[in-house]
Amino acid sequence: MATDLRVVGGDLVPPSAERRHLLSVSDLGRNDVERLLATARSFAQSQERENKKLPTLRGRLVINVFYESSTRTSSSFELAAKRLSADTMTLKSSGSSVDKGESLKDTALTLSAYDPDVIVLRHPEAGAGELVARHTEARVVNAGDGKHQHPTQALLDLYTMREAFGRLEGLQVAIVGDVLHSRVARSLVQALKLVGADAIFVGPPTLLPDGIAPTSHDIDAIADADVVYVLRMQRERMLAGANFVPSLREYAERWAITPARVREGQRVMHPGPMNRGVEIDARVADSAASLVVDQVRSGLVVRMAVLYDLLTAGPVAVETAVGVA
Amino acid sequence: MLAGPVGRDDVVIRGARVLDPVEGVDATLDVRIDGGVIAQLGEQLDTNEHRVVEAAGLTLVPAFIDPHVHLRTPGREDEETISTGTEAAAAGGYCAILAMPNTEPVVDDPSHVRSLRARALDEANVPVGFLAAITKGQNGEELTEMGALADAGAAGFTDDGRPVAAAGVMRRALQYNAVTGRTIAVHCEEPTLTRGGQAHAGIVATELGLGGWPSLGESLMVARDVELAGDTGQPVHLMHLSARESVDHLRRAQAQGVRATGEATPHHLCLTDEAIRSLDANVKMNPPLRTEEDRAVLIDALRDGTIAAVATDHAPHSPEEKEVPFEAAPFGVVGLETAFASLYTFLVEPGVLGLETLLERMSAGPAAIYGLERPRIAVGAQANLTLLDLAGSWRVKAESLRSRSQNSWLLGQRLQSRVALTIAAGRVAFE
Repeated sequence: MATDLRVVGGDLVPPSAERRHLLSVSDLGRNDVERLLATARSFAQSQERENKKLPTLRGRLVINVFYESSTRTSSSFELAAKRLSADTMTLKSSGSSVDKGESLKDTALTLSAYDPDVIVLRHPEAGAGELVARHTEARVVNAGDGKHQHPTQALLDLYTMREAFGRLEGLQVAIVGDVLHSRVARSLVQALKLVGADAIFVGPPTLLPDGIAPTSHDIDAIADADVVYVLRMQRERMLAGANFVPSLREYAERWAITPARVREGQRVMHPGPMNRGVEIDARVADSAASLVVDQVRSGLVVRMAVLYDLLTAGPVAVETAVGVA
Repeated sequence: MLAGPVGRDDVVIRGARVLDPVEGVDATLDVRIDGGVIAQLGEQLDTNEHRVVEAAGLTLVPAFIDPHVHLRTPGREDEETISTGTEAAAAGGYCAILAMPNTEPVVDDPSHVRSLRARALDEANVPVGFLAAITKGQNGEELTEMGALADAGAAGFTDDGRPVAAAGVMRRALQYNAVTGRTIAVHCEEPTLTRGGQAHAGIVATELGLGGWPSLGESLMVARDVELAGDTGQPVHLMHLSARESVDHLRRAQAQGVRATGEATPHHLCLTDEAIRSLDANVKMNPPLRTEEDRAVLIDALRDGTIAAVATDHAPHSPEEKEVPFEAAPFGVVGLETAFASLYTFLVEPGVLGLETLLERMSAGPAAIYGLERPRIAVGAQANLTLLDLAGSWRVKAESLRSRSQNSWLLGQRLQSRVALTIAAGRVAFE
């Protein structure tokens, strides 16, 4: 029988006692990130046992509300809640009252009547998490809102990088592709800044925002990076009226991550889903340099850590039996 | 051009600081109003059995005119009506407002204007001028019957809410408008640059992942429209200016003798795009809030008269429209009841803008742009007066707003200065 899991690491600062949400990376300080990553590490060790289930959140209710399609995020939040013994249910916009025109506010009020401890929300419009947080007593975790934020993705990416390199401080990360429309890039660049890593944006000039990180439209700019973080290139960016790039072919020619462009020792990441042959060459995606599957595995333990962290306000207990490097 | 109630009230306002910067009056005086007309200014005036308002310590000023209000009538009376909108106007110290024609249906036919004016006579609390559309259905293609609309009483022309995107159409409208003598007011937005725009294209929008609405989306149209005004020799009024580049174009055109005027809103004068970090739909406006540098340029332009008028762009929205994620929310905020107090609190009290300048830009300035009679404190003038308690303060609460909608950017905030009394067209409209 697994016992209640304790988070380890003597110098970690406990979460603040007030009710918290995780809507944006800007809700986190460096201490919070360190604590969450350490907690995730502990959970990763628990996941090596035969019985992977922990009783920590027994009797708690986690509701996942997904207004956008998702494979990785929705499945990992659901599994994370189950592994922590929380009750969980997942609501998708199709097949629910959203189909009948129910507003997000009413959905929030309705679900709040079940007294959930956490609402995990994925929504196509920026600001959805802030709106739900105003209408529920539950803690709200933003699982992606429009082009705004996807904080748990940034945390799992940090976790993956630390596992691969043993450190975060001083890492060089090149974020390649459609940064402008990417909540993943926006969250990640903030998170990297928090832990002392550096980011550069590389891609078509029309798809790189100004002012938050250095930019380059020359793919050679990825050469100095430890991590090449590849973003999904969406087909609709080429449609008439958008014209961000002339064609997928031209994009791939100039900015796709091919074996020739990956230097020895570099690691390649992608938040998924990948367009093989567009932004990433299949040979790179399946190579030893790729951390894509590690990212998915990290997603589970990081989301367990986020749920655990939001629902435990007390000081972090230290258990030396499960050590943290 | 205005339609609404006209009063013949008999009132003596006793002992206020009477301040009309245009007339050059600044003294503690009694003001006697006989039959809705200012009859005497002086000390210790006979009350003649008039109603007496004791106003020691208060400030009596020419009442305000708002050149930019959305009354949502006809079509969205759930958001605002002629009655509630003009109640809100009176509470904000306004003696007259101009209503925008982007209603359902669009005010683009003389019968619409006649019907709205008839309704205002019955329902309005202060006089209202109704603008008509420049193009039919505000589609930006076919001109409305501007002559007939003016004859029916349209107070001016605008496609507000939308730009007249085609330069050729805008040029024809300006040329033809010579027959009406009314003002053409333009919403400056180059739609191919602002598509999907949610917030000022700057660092805040970038960080929040909101679609950018660049300054150039406004200033390019300002540049075009002042060129067209110069070319046609006709006047043009530029509404709700937000970007410093727009002010540059306007200032240059005015220096060259082009008949171009501008207005700015309290929210663009008081807030920057930092405010949208809350992702509260009540700070989502079109044009968007811009940077501190833009705000400083707008204030300078208001001070030196390049921007001649404060306009609220009072845009009521129902709770169900605004209680949605920021990105899904419509643009616009209400402003009639808070305009003076917000500008007094955030600009006058800190010493950024003089009180006299603000009073002029809220009254004589907008009157001149639309050719309306200027509210003034002088014997023989119709009483259009606002009594201000500059020492008072109040907290903005949704439930105490008179507007039918509560989408204010100031909810919960404490503002310095209160409107104590409004007399509009010779009639006590608010106290």
